Amino acid sequence: MSESSWVEWVIAALLLIGSLFALIGSIGLVKLPDFFMRLHGPTKATTLGVGALVVGSMLYFSQKSGEPSLHELLITLFLFLTAPVSAHMLAKAAMHEKLRREPRTRGEPWDQ
Amino acid sequence: MSLLKRVLPHPWLSLSMLIGWQLLMNQVSAGSLIMGAILACLIPWMTNVFWPNPPRACRVDRLFLFVCRVLIDIVVANLQVAKLILGPRRELRPAFVLFPLTLEHEFSISVLASTISLTPGTVSADISADRKTLLIHGLDVGDEQALIEHIRRRYEQPLKEVFECSKR
Repeated sequence: MSESSWVEWVIAALLLIGSLFALIGSIGLVKLPDFFMRLHGPTKATTLGVGALVVGSMLYFSQKSGEPSLHELLITLFLFLTAPVSAHMLAKAAMHEKLRREPRTRGEPWDQ
Repeated sequence: MSLLKRVLPHPWLSLSMLIGWQLLMNQVSAGSLIMGAILACLIPWMTNVFWPNPPRACRVDRLFLFVCRVLIDIVVANLQVAKLILGPRRELRPAFVLFPLTLEHEFSISVLASTISLTPGTVSADISADRKTLLIHGLDVGDEQALIEHIRRRYEQPLKEVFECSKR
């Protein structure tokens, strides 16, 4: 096996792992019963999905151009900065609208 | 001192902007360094009014440790949530949990809230008006008290050491 081909295997594996986690996050959106539980899909399972895709992209372009390609890191950084904020705003809006909650949910959200 | 403070009101923010600009350009060259330096001076200066009470990090080494720990936890949390999503949904035990905050600074509270959203099966939903309680929604909570203890030990305590080690 030549040197470039094992890098390609690693990149392919990373892309597959990333797509798998993005898929699982989307399955969560369909499957989970109420809005608050559905929030967990996009904030988490997707983070690792995008993370793996980004590492794959860094490896591919670094290998192709021969010099390190790091600007993909910014995608991860901005994702980490924005994902919690959007989840927080969605949760706040959902509580304000008093959306239906799964009956077995323990604890109460407070009134806005 | 005061002149330096006026030119660079937030040195850490400036430094991260300089590095961020190099990443955005995807190379380090004289031109991108100069442009980055101009932006690193201008942007903190222009946004200064939005930081009435800037955070002070006194233990930067601890901050580094904290970031590494959170990155590892994010991977673990992703695997856990993936397992929960694919598993049978009757076994999920969703819950709203009240987390009594002991952090006081707005910045460290928002870092904690973001960390909670990114890590194990929890999303921070709201903060009380007096900023003493955080409302957390958990996807699968077995024991509320254990969850609160876990967050306190693993995330809140280190953040406290980084940002609130001394009252100046």
